[in-house]
Amino acid sequence: MSNTLNLTLNIWRQDGPNGPGRFETYKAPGIPEDASFLEMLDLVNEELIAQGKVPVEFPHDCREGICGSCGVMINGQAHGPERGTATCQLHMRKFSDGDTIDVEPWRAAAFPVIRDLVVDRSPLDAIIEAGGYISAPTGTAQDANETPIPKEVADSAMDAAACIGCGACVAACPNSAAQLFTAAKVWHLNSLPQGQPERYRRAQNMVETMELFFGSCTNHGECSEACPKEISQDFIAYLNRDHMKAKFFNRKLASQR
Amino acid sequence: MAAPTKARVDSADRPLRPKGKELPFPLSLYQTAVGKKWVMAVTGIMLLGFVVFHMLGNLKLYLGVVEHNGVLDYDANIYGEWLRDLLVPFLPRTVTLWILRIGLIGAFGLHIHAMYALTMMNQQANVTYSSKRDWKAATFASRSMRYTGVIVLAYLIFHLADLTWGFIPGYDYERGHPHENVVGSLSNPVVAAFYIIANALLAMHIFHGAYSMFQSLGINNPAYNKLRRGFAAGVAGIILIGNVSFPIAVLAGIIDLSDKVK
Ligand code: FES
Repeated sequence: MSNTLNLTLNIWRQDGPNGPGRFETYKAPGIPEDASFLEMLDLVNEELIAQGKVPVEFPHDCREGICGSCGVMINGQAHGPERGTATCQLHMRKFSDGDTIDVEPWRAAAFPVIRDLVVDRSPLDAIIEAGGYISAPTGTAQDANETPIPKEVADSAMDAAACIGCGACVAACPNSAAQLFTAAKVWHLNSLPQGQPERYRRAQNMVETMELFFGSCTNHGECSEACPKEISQDFIAYLNRDHMKAKFFNRKLASQR
Repeated sequence: MAAPTKARVDSADRPLRPKGKELPFPLSLYQTAVGKKWVMAVTGIMLLGFVVFHMLGNLKLYLGVVEHNGVLDYDANIYGEWLRDLLVPFLPRTVTLWILRIGLIGAFGLHIHAMYALTMMNQQANVTYSSKRDWKAATFASRSMRYTGVIVLAYLIFHLADLTWGFIPGYDYERGHPHENVVGSLSNPVVAAFYIIANALLAMHIFHGAYSMFQSLGINNPAYNKLRRGFAAGVAGIILIGNVSFPIAVLAGIIDLSDKVK
């Protein structure tokens, strides 16, 4: 038998986008330490339903750390205390018996609360729409290794592409900047040969769309700490560099890069 | 088929700020927040360069009296004259100094304007949490940049009024005699304490700035990234030790007035 925890939860409840929110305190007794944070919320909800109350809405989907749906602020940390872990992969054994846990939705002006812990993250989609793609003819699949890519470059692109778009970087940033998300999405294309034709347009358009919704990076570094994929701030520097080049360079000369 | 209609207005349909028209280069650069950060980094480097040379120049205070062209004078005063005579006779006296000053004033203006615009943008974008935040990476220095910056600006104005314009009463200001002025001003322990505190905050500001500028400029090489914190701490530490030593040395009588100079 695994150990169980008796917890007290302060959960943010908000009935709708315009409703005032408030913290409500719930007792969560007998939580197995093998439960994930979301399973713990499921147990709390079952109890609420049994009592005829409205369960807590929280964002989730895959529950295996790959979809980017989940994410709440746990005790003042995006995705909670465990490094490189999404909320769905956070286990209750990281907490101790008798703990009080504050649970709050992501906060940013561009992320209005839909209900309880669920926020509207559609501005991240707007950033992707501004350039997070390549415009290549899609015919039959290309043969493997037709476009040679150095191993290091492929690794770097993969590290950036690991972003699941959860928005923890925005939630963790005191400026509500989406720099880490945008940098990851820009770099995984800008570092690869397939991304070159649109490289500078992409950097410029994605940065400028980002700036319609979010704050500006002041290099605190909270984003990488919160990121469930531990995406490095280095990509932010590469994003800045490509954005500057987009402004400085005459793109007719881009082939001379 | 009818075009799909959207039942709900998403947050993505309501940008916090309108997309303006792109201005001609280089204004187009400054229009963006990333561009403003780039300008902050470049002007920050200029201001940091000034702070370093100002501190190095002040070390002349320790040399006391030297003989120069057969006359005994304080070395700091001779250095002050040298600054006015820079590039003479190519340019008339004080012209080089004024070019440098105008460059610094411009850098200051841009640094402050970019700070103001970015702060407004960030406050508009941010919603504070109702629960307590737990900082993992942000340093005290990085979170207090706005406050240390404003205090350093206030200190700078006081410092100019005190030692450049001679507006602050308390000692007999004499134009062109920096050594005597510094000793006169810093002999007051209250003024000296203010200088010490302000310079500690300046060093803290530099600690985050000298680290952060690499990211803002896009200078990032994983092979050297580990050195950035050390670089920032080193620069801030040198500024701190140098600048704080002057008020202490005046109070301790290490930097003093000599009767060899009339
Ligand atoms: S639910 Fe998919 S990443 Fe957590």
